[in-house]
Amino acid sequence: MARILDKRELTPVTRLFVVDAPLVARHAQPGQFVIVRVAEHGERVPISITDFDLEAGTVTLVVQEVGHTSGLLCALEPGDELLDLVGPLGLPAPLPASGHAALVGGGFGAGAVFPLARELRRRGVRVTSIVGARTAELLILRELLEPASDAYEPCTDDGSLGYHGFTAARLGELIEAGAGFTCVYAVGPMPMMRAVAETTRPHGLQTWVSLDPIMVDGTGMCGACRISIGGETKFACVDGPFFDAHAVDFDEAVVRSKMYVDEERVAAEVAL
Amino acid sequence: MTLIHPTKTEMPALDPVARRRLWDEVAVGYTVERALAESRRCVQCQEPVCEEGCPVGVPIRDFVRRVQLGDFAGAAELIRTKNVLPAICGRVCPVEHQCEAVCATNAKLEPVGIGRLERFVADWERSRPRDGAPRKPVQRLENVAIVGSGPAGLTAASDLARLGYGVTVFEALHAIGGVLRYGIPEFRLPKAIVDEDVERLRELGVEFRTDVVVGKTVTIDELLGELGYSAVFVGTGAGSPKFMGVPGENLKGVYSANEYLTRVNLMRAYDFPGYDTPVKRPTRAAVIGAGDTAMDAARVSIRLGAEEAHVVYRRSQAEMGARREDFARAVEEGAIFDWLTLPVELLGDGDGRVRALVCRRMELGEPDESGRARPVEVPGSDFELEANLVVIALGTNPNPLVPQTTPGLDVDGHGCVVVDPETGATSRPGVWAGGDIATGAATVILAMGAGRRAASSIHQSLEGG
Repeated sequence: MARILDKRELTPVTRLFVVDAPLVARHAQPGQFVIVRVAEHGERVPISITDFDLEAGTVTLVVQEVGHTSGLLCALEPGDELLDLVGPLGLPAPLPASGHAALVGGGFGAGAVFPLARELRRRGVRVTSIVGARTAELLILRELLEPASDAYEPCTDDGSLGYHGFTAARLGELIEAGAGFTCVYAVGPMPMMRAVAETTRPHGLQTWVSLDPIMVDGTGMCGACRISIGGETKFACVDGPFFDAHAVDFDEAVVRSKMYVDEERVAAEVAL
Repeated sequence: MTLIHPTKTEMPALDPVARRRLWDEVAVGYTVERALAESRRCVQCQEPVCEEGCPVGVPIRDFVRRVQLGDFAGAAELIRTKNVLPAICGRVCPVEHQCEAVCATNAKLEPVGIGRLERFVADWERSRPRDGAPRKPVQRLENVAIVGSGPAGLTAASDLARLGYGVTVFEALHAIGGVLRYGIPEFRLPKAIVDEDVERLRELGVEFRTDVVVGKTVTIDELLGELGYSAVFVGTGAGSPKFMGVPGENLKGVYSANEYLTRVNLMRAYDFPGYDTPVKRPTRAAVIGAGDTAMDAARVSIRLGAEEAHVVYRRSQAEMGARREDFARAVEEGAIFDWLTLPVELLGDGDGRVRALVCRRMELGEPDESGRARPVEVPGSDFELEANLVVIALGTNPNPLVPQTTPGLDVDGHGCVVVDPETGATSRPGVWAGGDIATGAATVILAMGAGRRAASSIHQSLEGG
């Protein structure tokens, strides 16, 4: 059990939770995730760790309401308990000790890149954060990420804030303009991570994406989260979640992510 | 002396056709009359060789004698001196390779149904009200951490708690039991039985901590250091599924047996959408492999609605690893066995979902290093086997999480933690290990035996120290 200490509405469909989880906070490193179960009949769902505070013993999670389980989760209030919270899972993101990192966050990913930004800055790496959303009010956690970045580049699909267009396009422009990135980290929806991978590929720029395939146990026991990296099968839960973007078989990852679309529809109908 | 009946007293079971859609336990268990009849097939050997065949040394002859006398409580007490999970072992032990393999009646007749009798006694005991809390042993100062709540961990926890140690069991999942919980289906091992055995351990004072992944949430170093445990037993199992490495293995509808069974058993996906975790429901299933897990996966597939459930195995029936009883049950339920058949590729439809296996016929050649006839490919024999769900049940590798995060813990070339087979001691002082993490995938009872030996060695070490 893990008690929810605080909750904030970031957008109409996105919630931020601060959860009491001292053991997880103590061991968490940037790039790791937790698995949460909300109800006795519930699924185990992976969620990126957006922030962790060793002294307070808390972890911060950002949840976007996309289906049945995330809906249940978003309905919880401070004082409620998560039935299960386990972690930190996965490997820490591979971070350099110097250079200039571009952090690209799409949607909820704007939260997930925050711990990377903080750690990179601590190491003396220059950080440019490029975050995207459909429109200005859906852009989340600017107050967290902007102070943790040397440069902050908001992008909106409708041009209501910052760059008018996708994050990958902005990244491409900055590369062309000679920003001098030495590495790129992308967290967000699959099409956006794929676009980032294609943007950096011609430049041979080292790029990492954080994959969140369907998982069950999250400890390497079931293999549900397997993905092909350079022709080799890996488990995202124990070998990732960060992988070399240029080696990821995105076609396969996209197909596998849609394994249960029919069942998700049934679950949504039952819940109504 | 009356003649011994040549065959075991029959075990009542659910109707094979009706149970194709039921998750209830298939084997119903002996009645008192049947148990008495079966117990009388035991000749009470002077030298009970059957006991040497038991990895935890259950006093088989004497408990069977108690059954003969109708003293079921006495029988239960005797079994419990050596086996803390008798209702489980009575259901899942591969008795034909252990106690029953060496039963003296074996020469001419079927052996005594020791497993069935153990189950009867354990179930009889479960049906009785329990008389109060168990006697609390003398409490010792030392605490022991058990990593993993499968059969090895539960046995070690029980033994150490009885010796008076403070015992904490750490489990990565949200439920206790390890493979007993996620691996073995309800129709073979009802989860209520696992719950009861865990409850008994709680009464003994064992503390259970779920949602703790040792190696991630807490390390062995921390357990032995600031958290103050005097010893750690690692029973994390062989948790990492093997795949074949053939094209198409990542198509939708292709599962490792671990994933398939975890979805169904732990997450209760068979009850979707009543439970939130889904599983694909096959019309034609193919399970690759022929061990116990493959039988479970085939029988789960039938219950999920498969019109045909194939078991595809590159060797022949003689080399199959499954328990005889479970194989027979699978046959009764209509599983189709494709012996000497090697899948070489999985084919998908336009939507990325598996639709068929390309299989190659095999024939048996000279014995290989395992002593079994080596399967040899027959050229030009490829054919397609239609299946919209494929389960890969080819075994597992040891879970690497603990070895990766524990300095000084030696593993062998297969990733198994290296232990002294007598004691379970590892290369790291204060750390013992046993069960599948040390041996590679094996059985519940062997894991229990390893848990017992390690507990005894931990006790000796702590007392001596």
